[in-house]
Amino acid sequence: MTERTAAAGDDMTLPTDSPPPARGTERVKRGMAEMLKGGVIMDVVTAEQARIAEDAGAVAVMALERVPADIRANGGVARMSDPEMVESIMAAVSIPVMAKARIGHIAEAEVLQAIGVDYIDESEVLTPADEAHHIDKWAFTVPFVNGATGLGEALRRISEGAAMIRSKGEAGTGNVVEAVRHMRAIRSEIARVSALPPEELFAVAKALQAPHGLLVEVAARGRLPVVLFTAGGIATPADAALMMRLGADGVFVGSGIFKSGDPARRASAIVQATVHHDSPDLIAKVSRGLGEAMVGINIDTLGQSERFAGRGW
Amino acid sequence: MSRPRVGVLALQGDVREHAQALERCGARTVAVRSPADLRGLAGIVLPGGESTTVSMLLVREGLAQPLAGELRAGLPALATCAGLIVLARQVLDGRPDQHVCGVLDVVVRRNAFGRQVASFERPVDIAVLGPVAFPGVFIRAPWLESVGPQVEVLAHVADADGHPRAVMVRQGAVIGTSFHPELTADDRVHALLLGRCTAPSGTSTGAGAAGAAAPQVPAAAVPLGVG
Repeated sequence: MTERTAAAGDDMTLPTDSPPPARGTERVKRGMAEMLKGGVIMDVVTAEQARIAEDAGAVAVMALERVPADIRANGGVARMSDPEMVESIMAAVSIPVMAKARIGHIAEAEVLQAIGVDYIDESEVLTPADEAHHIDKWAFTVPFVNGATGLGEALRRISEGAAMIRSKGEAGTGNVVEAVRHMRAIRSEIARVSALPPEELFAVAKALQAPHGLLVEVAARGRLPVVLFTAGGIATPADAALMMRLGADGVFVGSGIFKSGDPARRASAIVQATVHHDSPDLIAKVSRGLGEAMVGINIDTLGQSERFAGRGW
Repeated sequence: MSRPRVGVLALQGDVREHAQALERCGARTVAVRSPADLRGLAGIVLPGGESTTVSMLLVREGLAQPLAGELRAGLPALATCAGLIVLARQVLDGRPDQHVCGVLDVVVRRNAFGRQVASFERPVDIAVLGPVAFPGVFIRAPWLESVGPQVEVLAHVADADGHPRAVMVRQGAVIGTSFHPELTADDRVHALLLGRCTAPSGTSTGAGAAGAAAPQVPAAAVPLGVG
């Protein structure tokens, strides 16, 4: 019974009639996101930053050429990152690597799948490529995460095949107010539909522009059928803890880490605050002496065209 | 009948899915985040997650040594995917600081089946669970490269080249899987764990039959060749 070596090539036998492995299934895509729960996913623009993120305990990194704060500052069209740059980050760390494709940009997503990224963010932070349609994510083996500002948008993305949802927030501002708004909207809409009699869900589905079947599932379970992370404007350990307290399964931190004074310490502090989001003493401890947070932007001062959260349909 | 009190390591990962599976099998579950949470457990689950993060947090929380001590003393455990990695004696393709517990005398290779695009589902034959194949869900999954003399290999699956790879092991009262039973509705792996867990009163659960039917390595025989 006991194997001295588990390596291939000895006398072990496998059933010859076993079916081939099924890749890219709903369970495998959604399950990958389940493994990230309670964790922090960090935006990185270099292999060195990726290693700092991994050392700090990030569950994954988002590889991109410019963090959202720089996309705001630089203007112009923001696109998928150079595959070479994404690959250099994949080579630098052993944790999962995500990358962003433009909304509706099927070809960018295919490129990212071809180079083997672990998750694609169809992201409003990049300049949208399609003003009417998102990517048909069921057609891909690689899983997708999409942003949502409310329950209707979340369910539309899930119906297109998104295996993970994140609140949108207002990326690159260092201001958590929009992430809070979106998380509260999604959670309170779920709570509301969970309390409704079945016959009322038809009209709610119509009002939310959400598929009725998915809405019924959400009402029955009291949560989305996929993992719900938060993103957009998270800059401090307390921000991360706040979002976890509001019901997020985990946290994306974009510009907040590498636009701050001491990225390694801040990254580690945000990881610990996410795990111990209900322990103010610990959050106080890890928040001490972190150096400067990113400066931040008041969202009221942004023009409508500068707001990312309104992108996505 | 009293229900065994089973801990779920709750630092990061799919804690909820394990807790739900355990409760379906008749256990009471508690979240384990600090050494004090280890007291009075009849068993523990180390869930899937990101193994680099989990191992780092285990050390940071001061949990690695107390947890390893409990497991060496015979606390029954189920370790899935990242959980299996943090218990391994040696980790290949991981970070140098990653083997934090060294309780299982195995060499594990991280992400051995490939990145996420290579993640897969397939039925796995597991003799100790009976004739019906188990729905295996493999997500950036590791495999066991080699195992020590005290370790029983309970299941294999073929890699991309058709070579059999060990994906489920048992050493004493510790079960390790590279797949995710908690992502399925099939609770037989959790029942196998609960078969080894006795409630504080000494009453075993109704789920014990699956464990009792299995060939057992005595819990006392967990001498680990761990240096």
